[in-house]
Amino acid sequence: MAALPPAFAAWFGRRGWAPRPHQLALLAEAEAGRSALLIAPTGAGKTLAGFLPSLVELAASPKRRAALHTLYISPLKALSVDVARNLGTPVAEMELAIRIETRTGDTSAAKRQRQRRDPPDILLTTPEQIALLLANPGAKELFADLKRIVLDELHALVTSKRGDLLALDLARLRRLAPGVQTVGLSATVREPRELVAYLGGRADPEPAIVTAPEGAAAVITMLDSRERLPWAGHSARHALKEIYDEIRRVKLALLFVNTRFQAEQLFWDLWRINADNLPIALHHGSLDVGQRRKVEDAMAEGRLKAVVATATLDLGIDWGDVDLVINVGAPKGASRLIQRIGRANHRLDEASRAILVPANRFEVLECRAAITAAAAGAQDTPVPRSGALDVLAQHVLGMACAEPFDADAFYAEVTDAAPYAALARADFDRALQFVAHGGYALQAYDRFAKIRQGKDGRWRVSNGKVAQQYRMNVGTIVQAAMLKVRLVRSRGAGASAAGTPTGTGPIGRGGRVLGQVEDGFLETLLPGDTFLFGGEILALQAIVDDEALCARTSGTEPKIPSYAGSKFPLTTYLAEQVRAMTSQPEAFDLPDQVEDWLALQKAKSALPPRDRMLVETFPRGGRHYLIAYAFEGRLAHQTLGMLLSRRMERARLRPMGFVANDYAIAIWSHHDVGSRIARGLVTLEELFDEDMLGDDLEAWLDESSMMKRTFRICATIAGLVERRHPGREKTGRQMTVSTNLVYDVLRRHEPDHILLQAARDDAATGLLDLRRLGELLSRIRGKILHKPLRKISPLAVPIMLEIGREPVYGEAEDAVLADAADVLIEEATADDDSVETEGAGRGQTRRGESRA
Amino acid sequence: MKRKAPVEARPGVVSRVHSHVGVAGVDLLADVCGALFHEADGVLLVADLHLEKGSSFARRGLMLPPYDTAATLAKLGAVVARTRPRLVVALGDSFHDRAGASRMGEADRAALAALQAGRDWVWLAGNHDPAPPKGLGGTTAATWSLGPLTLRHEPLPGAPAGEIAGHLHPVAIVAGAGGAVRRRAFVSDGTRCIMPAFGAYAGGLNFRHPAFAGLLKEGRRIAHALGRDRVYAIPESRCLAGA
Repeated sequence: MAALPPAFAAWFGRRGWAPRPHQLALLAEAEAGRSALLIAPTGAGKTLAGFLPSLVELAASPKRRAALHTLYISPLKALSVDVARNLGTPVAEMELAIRIETRTGDTSAAKRQRQRRDPPDILLTTPEQIALLLANPGAKELFADLKRIVLDELHALVTSKRGDLLALDLARLRRLAPGVQTVGLSATVREPRELVAYLGGRADPEPAIVTAPEGAAAVITMLDSRERLPWAGHSARHALKEIYDEIRRVKLALLFVNTRFQAEQLFWDLWRINADNLPIALHHGSLDVGQRRKVEDAMAEGRLKAVVATATLDLGIDWGDVDLVINVGAPKGASRLIQRIGRANHRLDEASRAILVPANRFEVLECRAAITAAAAGAQDTPVPRSGALDVLAQHVLGMACAEPFDADAFYAEVTDAAPYAALARADFDRALQFVAHGGYALQAYDRFAKIRQGKDGRWRVSNGKVAQQYRMNVGTIVQAAMLKVRLVRSRGAGASAAGTPTGTGPIGRGGRVLGQVEDGFLETLLPGDTFLFGGEILALQAIVDDEALCARTSGTEPKIPSYAGSKFPLTTYLAEQVRAMTSQPEAFDLPDQVEDWLALQKAKSALPPRDRMLVETFPRGGRHYLIAYAFEGRLAHQTLGMLLSRRMERARLRPMGFVANDYAIAIWSHHDVGSRIARGLVTLEELFDEDMLGDDLEAWLDESSMMKRTFRICATIAGLVERRHPGREKTGRQMTVSTNLVYDVLRRHEPDHILLQAARDDAATGLLDLRRLGELLSRIRGKILHKPLRKISPLAVPIMLEIGREPVYGEAEDAVLADAADVLIEEATADDDSVETEGAGRGQTRRGESRA
Repeated sequence: MKRKAPVEARPGVVSRVHSHVGVAGVDLLADVCGALFHEADGVLLVADLHLEKGSSFARRGLMLPPYDTAATLAKLGAVVARTRPRLVVALGDSFHDRAGASRMGEADRAALAALQAGRDWVWLAGNHDPAPPKGLGGTTAATWSLGPLTLRHEPLPGAPAGEIAGHLHPVAIVAGAGGAVRRRAFVSDGTRCIMPAFGAYAGGLNFRHPAFAGLLKEGRRIAHALGRDRVYAIPESRCLAGA
């Protein structure tokens, strides 16, 4: 094990610290010239461990020429700022001549330019900034002397396209600075060996894995509510008083929820019963940045009693003395829960305390499963990705901006990045062709090519504009269209209630910006509709350009509620645990209400077995319902619902709609499925046959709105369309193109195009979760337990209660139009006599024609 | 709340493919593909074809699939085959930019020529294509009269009854149980009509956007929204004002 240099040992001593074994282990690995992965819980001095070798080396050679020595890359720019501050302390106290700077999207252009010319010793930055630096012709020089790369929160980075981009950039950095060491810092993961692959590349295939001892195990309990447990919903309102009492008892509580809507609702509800006027704050990603910083500062200074937060606070920022985490709603994943709880406690020796508050009965099972998993140290972090083709396309263009490249050498470099190790040369070449001129079979755009092969065989950009375009498009985070929420004075309830058209009223625009909201949410609102935002009830006044003008209201209940649950699906691991519980509830410690519920289910129908899928059929209100307890997460269930609808359509069962949650899917039809099964006219095996992933899937993909959303993201990342830049969206209709239209045309004319392949790859694991659906269908083949019932079962109640709260999909869209059109017909036929006489006559003929 | 029926509503008309749009007393069929057909005169109207929008973007380095012109012409070919018009009037912005016609590929030129064969063809001038397209059939004009109807590219504020225009690319947004549905639409108030864009890559603008203010009678507008296989006539009151 390495020893600390005297100056460092003395500094540790002055602080009353001793270097931790994993800090010294990383130092030893650095001295041996090896890359390493450090797995450590929060509070274990992970950041210092990552930087210690750099500080020691830089301190030992004070007279080196100005060159970039260490790069620190983290997913959050706030984290870079935080680390810069923390690192500044030892450097200042030991009087080391080491320059540390940050570089983020907020860094001024002048400073960025200076940093390229005169780099600091240690640069703290984000993956996007690295991509930009590498795409600059000066990259070779800038990174030539790079010695170390520190990757923070590696476990969070590698699960996304950002991780793909980072891996490609690391491969380039290894080429520019041969021998550079990479250190990954990570929370506990399922399989550390998978993470290690990101670090070393071919030159260093086996970096060391250093594991710091886990801190004291978290004490996680489930709120055993005395109140009646809801059957469905995500608000946990039943337990509000009990949550409030817990907050009262602690110094600082962190309340995690899964979505912004849940955060708003919980915050609002808490304030309504906040008789003690406790300082309770709200923090989520849609709020204005200034507001968020205020909350973070107040937390750090100990001025708050509780903070209601979403995943924006999920990553390791120092929050002050949180002594209780309350997770409201479903945890969705064991690792996710453990990381959340762990982050809240920055003192290793003390156990974190957490309370899980299930919002409905199924969530009780999920919470119990997560607690068991946490106690057993089980991890369900995602499996490694294979690199996305759209990200590759972006990278190809970036590297052409940096310097001309030889395709063979560049291919070798790309496959040195872990997610692209298995990339076929043919796919690499397709990405190259795509970047050059779109890669279409109809080669119409050769003369507009962005990159061209020169006489020397090397590829280079055609002109300077291309590089500029690349810089505007860099990165893999594609946001939904957002509108700013601006506070204005109300122009009176009367006007807005009458539904005055927007944009014409005399509304001032001078108010404060409260944050931003997805376009998709606001477009469903009418002027006068009220909703929760930033802890207030706002009434929409008008939408003008990219701003939603809203006024405060005195109401006590927003008109537009939101039932949105978690955007993360239940992990496969937790789903299995939940199935284990439903199959054998007596073996688990469950609250009485849940035990009774399951006992009733056993008596009335059957408990979902562990190795088979329970399907119930029953009539209700003139419709016939089919409930499948698949336990594969909401996304896979939604896809299943779409495909099953098509299949039932063909079997002439006349399906009318479906709804999906994390645990089950309910589909209802005009005809009685149960009796047709009994008469042998249709079988469940046929309906759930794996071949639905063939033609049915292809046909559905043509119109799936989720597939279109997936395609939009791929098209943006790959540079097919220009990225939306918030605040700079003044472009007219003719300047932009809808990717939905492009998708339709491309699917019809060139279904094998690389961008469609990229979208399909994403659909396998993303919004459509096809991979998991495929696993389900294969798991249940010949293993379906059918219970024909006369009425609804206890287990079916939660999913049945969600009917009507879910978004519409595909074929249902025309039903929405038809419904709106009916109003016109009703209005028209009801009133004006002369019109009716004329119209009715015509209408009858028309109706007759259409029947014929 | 019941409201007085707009005159052109044609109550009860549920045709499989089209919706009836009355403009200044003339009965027109709004086709589900986005074309307007004057059955009595055998005249087919289309607006904002935006041919060669893909290659226009490609010039700027955005390599959109080069199939938009073919897709638009195929859709136009289908409605021409169905309605067999004696005259086709394209209401301007037929090409996405002035050089559009010259970038058109051989196959697309042939497809267009086949559509023009045996019938009259009029290109109205648009803001994207103010000059007549070179080397293509048909005649060009700024406006075109059809009985009481006046066809032009850009709707004029305060124009008399009978105007049919394009330019604004109207779409209607209708709220559903859990999400909004957005579709291209003909918008009319009984006296005038604004047609949806026909081009495969042509975008859309909510007809309740201020850009439409002062053109049609607000509160009396009807959106004839293009569904999957029929046109739905939807009153303004059911259409959202959002972005």
